[in-house]
Amino acid sequence: MAGNNLQSTISVHGRTLYPTCKLLNSSKMLGFSLQSRTDRGLIVCSAVGHNTLNSDELGLRNPTRTSEILELIDQGEKTLANSGKFGRFGGIFVPETLITCLKKLEVEFNWVLHDPQFQEELSIALKDYVGRETPLYFAERLTNYYRNKNGEGPEIYLKREDLTHGGAHKINNAMAQAMLAKRMGRKSIVAATGAGQHGVATAAACAKLGLDCTIFMGSIDMQRQSSNVLLMEHTGAQVKSVAGTFKDATSEAIRSCVGNLQGSYYLAGTAVGPHPCPSMVREFQTVIGKETRKQAMEKWSGKPDVLVACVGSGSNALGLFHEFIRDEDVRLIGVEAAGYGIDSGKHSATLAKGEVGVYHGAMSYLLQDDEGQIIGPHSIGVGLEYPGVSPELSFLKDIGRAEFYSITDEEALEAYTRLCRLEGIFPALEAAHALAYLEKLCPTLASGTKVVVNCSGRGDKDAGTVFKYQHKMEGEQEQSE
Amino acid sequence: MAATLKAGFFFQTKPGGHSLPRIKPFRFKPPMATLATVPTVGLSETFSKLKRQGKVAFIPYITAGDPDLSTTAQALKVLDSCGSDIIELGVPYSDPLADGPVIQAAATRSLAKGINFDKIIAMLKDVIPQLSCPIALFSYYNPILKRGIETFMTTLKDAGIHGLVVPDVPLEETEILRKEAVNNNVELVLLTTPTTPIPRMKAIVEASEGFVYLVSSVGVTGARTSVSDKVQSLLHEIKEATSKPVAVGFGISKPEHVKQVAEWGADGVIVGSAMVKVLGEAKSPEEGLKELENFTKSLKIALL
Repeated sequence: MAGNNLQSTISVHGRTLYPTCKLLNSSKMLGFSLQSRTDRGLIVCSAVGHNTLNSDELGLRNPTRTSEILELIDQGEKTLANSGKFGRFGGIFVPETLITCLKKLEVEFNWVLHDPQFQEELSIALKDYVGRETPLYFAERLTNYYRNKNGEGPEIYLKREDLTHGGAHKINNAMAQAMLAKRMGRKSIVAATGAGQHGVATAAACAKLGLDCTIFMGSIDMQRQSSNVLLMEHTGAQVKSVAGTFKDATSEAIRSCVGNLQGSYYLAGTAVGPHPCPSMVREFQTVIGKETRKQAMEKWSGKPDVLVACVGSGSNALGLFHEFIRDEDVRLIGVEAAGYGIDSGKHSATLAKGEVGVYHGAMSYLLQDDEGQIIGPHSIGVGLEYPGVSPELSFLKDIGRAEFYSITDEEALEAYTRLCRLEGIFPALEAAHALAYLEKLCPTLASGTKVVVNCSGRGDKDAGTVFKYQHKMEGEQEQSE
Repeated sequence: MAATLKAGFFFQTKPGGHSLPRIKPFRFKPPMATLATVPTVGLSETFSKLKRQGKVAFIPYITAGDPDLSTTAQALKVLDSCGSDIIELGVPYSDPLADGPVIQAAATRSLAKGINFDKIIAMLKDVIPQLSCPIALFSYYNPILKRGIETFMTTLKDAGIHGLVVPDVPLEETEILRKEAVNNNVELVLLTTPTTPIPRMKAIVEASEGFVYLVSSVGVTGARTSVSDKVQSLLHEIKEATSKPVAVGFGISKPEHVKQVAEWGADGVIVGSAMVKVLGEAKSPEEGLKELENFTKSLKIALL
């Protein structure tokens, strides 16, 4: 059983080479066979688990009819391979100093994607440390709640990313990238966090791998999500306060990395940033979608019909969606934060209200004013507060493959309480946005439609916020009586 | 082609043998008088002229609107009169990735006072005719995209701005910028850094207009205690690849640095954060301008 030290000397420094690697897909050596597929001309394999179904068996990979959307998706993959762009979105818009470093990162990333040793070690970490596979849970009482008078309604399943170590899907990506960084010989990891979940995940992964960790967090966020700050500090990570919120913390984290390119590694928490960051994060999160496909087949011998996920920058949404983008019979629904209301000026609904521009290294939709200055967003779900969005989601919106709606703070807070009461599950306020959309979605769906909602994180951190809101509501109700 | 007015003298430059119609002489007017458009020479021509004189260009950078726009206008005149050869003017941006704390703070202060691009252009239309050296604008990419690249470049041309530096656009994405810049006689300066491999550096210097901006260190803007001696070898490599002028920036803050970089063979020296700090952190705008003048003179002396 291969159990070598991750700090292998296979890393490409100083020369940009495409490694020639024979894919060892031998069940005898690894104990199970790795699923492989061709992606962007490279052979990509990822280890999800022992019983990953061969998608050819499901007859999904070679549809007889190539629709327009599938052609656009194909074109998107071509532009990605050529220039790091999804159609017109993405790219590398960073100071020249970072260009070479990003290109090296891309090579390293492609290497680990088809390195069975890395994939196996990652698979073990995901299983034993992160706690995967996460359940696909049939939410019976929530389903009943949405049934109409005739007892008809969709079936609601929750993908329980809240049950991972750390309490959010962030750990899938943080673990994989920390392993990648260690393999590249980097000693210190730098990351920026909004709600603190990515910070906690990164700090935990660094503690496990013995790497130094510095987390930048907005001062406003540090107050709002203070429990996460404590957790990060307990693992030994250094938490640095930056005036403002997540977007300012991200800018500062990137700047600090620019000054120490050889030693430090910027661990992107979400699918934004210059290429290859959006692709890397999506690739490491796609385990969510892969598991969902397998679990759906096990549970009802079919696919999900609708996938719903909250969208801050897009990592959990892409993690769930990406596996299914070629399955045109699967609806992809992203739910953004409308904050105080989509027209209030205080929201984070980038895809709804943003315009295309360049931010944090990528071309994508973003919330900007008439001067092209970046607007600070708002949401009760702190993890959704980001004025940009993943270029890949921008692409999916443009080609019409995915739909995007938005939910206000109030609706999200109600959804939090609803899930607590109906299922005894505490969703993160971010995930509560996705759950809140069910109110509008379910009445429109045929009976028996299979809906999978990504419960992207758990809401212990938000219990106080919800409590304050409920008290405020009760107080106002008493006053009006 | 270009006619320049310097302290009342009037001479013609005629490349390629085209002769200008003979213009009637007029009475000497002091430089502060408003002349409708007084085109100064562009960036490349400035460097050619300095090279003939055996001089190294002094290129200060300040952020527009810090501490306020009228002080910026004054500061441009002060820098010009102290002998700056080109002046870089930064357009404040909410998320300046390439900038360290000094320039970030200047941008934040400026934006808080309500600065915007139109105001900066209006100021420049007024001030540029009074300057003898060309202005290069320093702006991040998103505000340019928002305006529309064509519109942006035309605005620059109308204001009399000669050059543009955009720090967050990589070479691959500069094609459309370069096309529109050329159409409007704006020289788009590209940056090369210590992390840029030689083949890429060659492509960058080939495409750069005006001059080549050599970033002296791996990091963001901000004063450093000394200039890395890698700069010497980088200058050597670049000069083997091109005859275009090379100016070094990032981290230069003292007369010793300026002297050192000039000795290593740079055609120009760019000083940014140190200037911004002197101007923006002074007790009052008047004091800031005074200190700016003294500081500029001390740096300029190092180039003599």
